[in-house]
Amino acid sequence: MSDVTTRDSANTPDHGHGHGDVPADDLARPLYRGPGGLPAADMPHRPRRSDTDPKAARRAERQVAGLFLLSMLMVVLFIVAYVAIDPFTDIYVPLFGEIGFQNFALGLTFGLGVFCIGAGAIQWAKKLMPDVEVVQERHSLASTPREDVEAAEQYERGKEESGFAQYKLIRRTLIAALALFPIPLVVMLRDLWSPKNGGFGPESPVELLSTTAWVEGMPIVTDGTYVKIRPEDVPVGGLVSALPENIMEIQEEEHSLNARAKAAIILVRMEPDEIRAQQGDGWDYQGILAYSKICTHVGCPIALYEHRTHHLLCPCHQSTFDLADAGNVIFGPAARRMPQLPIGVNEEGFLVATAPFAEPVGPSFWERG
Amino acid sequence: MKGLVARRRNPIVASMLLLVALVGVGGVYAVASTAAPAEAVATSDQTAIDEGKRLYLEGCSSCHGLDSQGTSNGPTLIGVGAAAVHFQVSTGRMPMAGPGAQAPAKPVDYTENEIAQMAAYIASLGPGPAIPTAEQLDYSNADVAEGGVLFRINCAQCHQAAGGGGALTDGKHAPSLMTATPQEIYEAMLTGPQNMPVFGDGTLQVEDKQAIIAYIMDLQEAPSPGGMALGRIGPVAEGLFLWAGVMAAFVGLAVWIGIRAR
Repeated sequence: MSDVTTRDSANTPDHGHGHGDVPADDLARPLYRGPGGLPAADMPHRPRRSDTDPKAARRAERQVAGLFLLSMLMVVLFIVAYVAIDPFTDIYVPLFGEIGFQNFALGLTFGLGVFCIGAGAIQWAKKLMPDVEVVQERHSLASTPREDVEAAEQYERGKEESGFAQYKLIRRTLIAALALFPIPLVVMLRDLWSPKNGGFGPESPVELLSTTAWVEGMPIVTDGTYVKIRPEDVPVGGLVSALPENIMEIQEEEHSLNARAKAAIILVRMEPDEIRAQQGDGWDYQGILAYSKICTHVGCPIALYEHRTHHLLCPCHQSTFDLADAGNVIFGPAARRMPQLPIGVNEEGFLVATAPFAEPVGPSFWERG
Repeated sequence: MKGLVARRRNPIVASMLLLVALVGVGGVYAVASTAAPAEAVATSDQTAIDEGKRLYLEGCSSCHGLDSQGTSNGPTLIGVGAAAVHFQVSTGRMPMAGPGAQAPAKPVDYTENEIAQMAAYIASLGPGPAIPTAEQLDYSNADVAEGGVLFRINCAQCHQAAGGGGALTDGKHAPSLMTATPQEIYEAMLTGPQNMPVFGDGTLQVEDKQAIIAYIMDLQEAPSPGGMALGRIGPVAEGLFLWAGVMAAFVGLAVWIGIRAR
């Protein structure tokens, strides 16, 4: 592109304005002027190899055509893969692991087919299409004085015709209505805090999360198989996900999983001398401890119990509780300890709760950090 | 070819050669050090126990103590049972290569016969879980769906819903179950290796364990038609991973388009 002016006069359509003839009105300025539609930049032009060396230009031409040919080949291979490959054969491809052979072949050929068209086009543009440094100009964003005047006139005319200034009553009631209409949105936030003493509205989170299906004497059953548990069924180092015995009946009555979500517990057993602290005296049974399964941060169910460290880890935000030390938080965003359920055995020798949870289970809320 | 000769003094060439050499040495070692598979299981009891004791003193006593009472470096092995020995040694977790947060699975150091002898010795020290029988490991009649439910309740919290494994605290991790055998799974549930809790036969009965094994085997056999399963962590996470990778590729392409041709 050594001869910019020639290309300029040959290729650029004239938009009604000559070069350097910028009219006073900004909006009427032509956007397209120089070669490639834009004015030439005031910087030295560095020719590409394909501009100066005809061999390089032919090589670039072959590269572009080669990419387009490769694309055609890929399309043919795609059809071959679609027809010929058994869809249920797996192959091993490094990086991808086991993968369906046909899936892989179809994706690869079609992807490369499309990619080669694009890559060829880019190579074409970069190596062979005109190469000129140009300036892209931006017009001023400010309105013209004429537009300013027009806008002001329209506003004045609107004010005049609507009578906004004239009808005082309409103006004031409209302003008052606009001020009041967001209030319902704010009033509904009332649902978020609790009517402590009677009152209407929903139950408070405190009440909701303080009452679970656990009551005194409620047998503990395994989650999933729902069998009652004897102390000797839980070995030292053992972990059991458990529920109250009546959970299925409650679920059927309430047609919801809320009771299950609140009542889920884990049983762990450690040597009694490993227990450093509990939330109440003798709440364990011979080293078996029962803690809520619901994280006190935002309520994920957690049972990542490490039986050597006695740490209980929440996979959502890495809150860590020390079950050997009253379920206290030792790491992470949880703001309060994991509630403990006091347990014992009934006359038949099965593990039971000896009292309900003493503190609300589940995620934190603002009455209780 | 001329270009290749001209570029051989490029600084990258030295590091590439070093990389090739390191990979080669590592590969040869990995192939050469693969342990020979086992033959028969232990012979008569007392000879097996004696032989197991010899192997124990040689390979295990530096951490677990001469009398298996445990030291500051390793827990007591009295009462852990034959199942624990078989699980730990046959997966290469024991003996540990070095102190660390966790003993990972690695190439096995002992033959099946030697492992059985050590298991017999440890079992003779105190009652503990025995190596599960073929009958206990037979999951052919187990309910895979039930196993999935039990897996999600009891195992998924650490090993992930599809058994891909996951992180624990302080550098510990729950391993992937994608190469675990039914025997290893059964023994792990029974003995609670490392920080995994024990899932006793009282609360997770034999048929429950078989159902869980059936579910894990089903996961292992499940094909992965899309490749790059990423531990089957789920479509959202997989999509995000792919999106991040594709975005990086797009940035690279945009840079290529913008570079001035020479």
